[in-house]
Amino acid sequence: MNSTTSQLLLAVDGVTVEYSGFKALDGFSMTLDRGETRVVIGPNGAGKSTLCDTIIGRVRPTSGRVLFKGEDISRLPEQSIVGRGICRKFQAPGVLPMLTVRENMGLAARRDRRWWMTFGIGIPAEDRAVIDETLDRVGLTHRADVPGGQLAHGEKQWLEIGMVLATGAQLLLLDEPTAGMGPAETARTAELILSLGTERTVLVIDHDMSFVEQLGAPVTVMHHGKFLKQGSLAEVRSDPQVAAVYLGHAA
Amino acid sequence: MREITLPKPLQRMQPYLPWLLLALGVAAPVFLSAYDLNLLARFMAMGILACGLVLIWGHGGILSLGQGVFFGLGGYAIAMHMKLADLPDGELPDFMLWSGREVLPIWWEPFASVPFTIAAIILVPMLAGAIFAWAVFHRRVGGTYFALITQALALAFATLIISQQDVTGGFNGLTDFTSVFGFGLSSPGTANGLYWVTLAILCIAFLGLRWLLASRFGIMLRATRDGENRVRFLGYATTPFKTVAFAIAALLAGVAGALFTLHAGVISPALIGVVPSIEMVIWVAVGGRYSLAGAIVGALVVNLARDSVSSAIPELWLYLMGAMFILVVTLLPKGLAGLVKERKAGGVA
Repeated sequence: MNSTTSQLLLAVDGVTVEYSGFKALDGFSMTLDRGETRVVIGPNGAGKSTLCDTIIGRVRPTSGRVLFKGEDISRLPEQSIVGRGICRKFQAPGVLPMLTVRENMGLAARRDRRWWMTFGIGIPAEDRAVIDETLDRVGLTHRADVPGGQLAHGEKQWLEIGMVLATGAQLLLLDEPTAGMGPAETARTAELILSLGTERTVLVIDHDMSFVEQLGAPVTVMHHGKFLKQGSLAEVRSDPQVAAVYLGHAA
Repeated sequence: MREITLPKPLQRMQPYLPWLLLALGVAAPVFLSAYDLNLLARFMAMGILACGLVLIWGHGGILSLGQGVFFGLGGYAIAMHMKLADLPDGELPDFMLWSGREVLPIWWEPFASVPFTIAAIILVPMLAGAIFAWAVFHRRVGGTYFALITQALALAFATLIISQQDVTGGFNGLTDFTSVFGFGLSSPGTANGLYWVTLAILCIAFLGLRWLLASRFGIMLRATRDGENRVRFLGYATTPFKTVAFAIAALLAGVAGALFTLHAGVISPALIGVVPSIEMVIWVAVGGRYSLAGAIVGALVVNLARDSVSSAIPELWLYLMGAMFILVVTLLPKGLAGLVKERKAGGVA
């Protein structure tokens, strides 16, 4: 893909995140183009989740910048970052257990998130189409009235992916979307992400190599908080450096 | 915990139950003695405060051990008004004379006005609650720390009032009122009228909160309680939801305090400090912190028990209350309301 300025959506620019001397991210840089799907892999402790935390504003970089649509977002409050079009699925499913699936989705799909607009009953008409469409997309229409806490583990993951989608975010950060899933569920999750096509930009973190393979997306390898390698899964796999730090142990 | 289903005849009556209770409530002055009516009115006032705790503690997950502060702000506001209203022009309230004060403090003066006093009862606790809650939640302090801060606030507030004897009445508080808004407090008509006002405000609080808890605001509040991070990372600022809920609970506590002071004829630090603030939480724990009706019942039942036990064996009450709290927390996390099968899952009322 041609990386002109208009194509560039996210640029992580030399970001270091330091916790009392330990560098979770160490001068890490990467870019994402609009519509791209990218997988980030790396051994435990490589800084993958910290990368997500930094982009979404949960962790503030010690140095470096995070540019989204050319603007530095690394100092913005979380809700402004989300408001600009980035949303994240957390590693442990973060659905709201006491709300129904539809209410969960309604909360995510709400366009007007100001508190004084919440003094009303029911889901506003303008949000309903997005909610129904997203429920259908993640295959939870028949579970719409079940409390989130009663869903099976895989369903919770899909609900949360759906919620992230329903926010209308352009950049989706999916932190281990297949954690705890069996092969069939993993395959469905891969289909779901592939079905987005180039409509959204997706950054996926995952350990599951068969899932990464199914996504068929370019891979960025991290190690000790640093950029190690980028390329197709096949290229990365055949790279001796990567094999040494990661795949060598993974087999 | 297994829920018991109401017996069939009661089940069939369930839709009419609120109307029956309301009719009984309205007619209470006819069949209750003046003493019992006064007790019921006090406990209903406390029920208003309990509804506020359902909002913040049950649905917001915000445990306040300092509701006595807001109860006190409302109570002292009406008490100050009544102290001034009873006076001939230019004279000072009795306790100020006893402490050797010669002029009325400037912040007492506006309480001579009826509209100012009513506005103060509503606005002062609400604004104090809003500012306090915003300051704490904005710094992302919550959970146990929040509860401890509110506890400290109750202690500080009671201590402050005791220490400023010449302008607050100190430990004895404010008492010996003769009239309110021109009605003599000793007349049975006034007592009935105040009772009905309390009942009406309790109904308004109940219905208003029922609506609020069913609204999107209620959903946001419960969502914030169960997954504040998830809500925040869906792009919501969560502090306003918690702050608004806390301010509403503070408002209700203030109104409750004012009504209680009218019925009890006294407001003092002993009614608003640390121990009373904890008792308020216990009413709601006993009745059920997710249920408005449960909390009102809890306020009535616990206070009734307190009244009967304290008049028989005063030392016993604290032990009994402690035991009740432990029992409810361990066996009935949803309180008495949890025993009654709710009509729908996650039901609001």
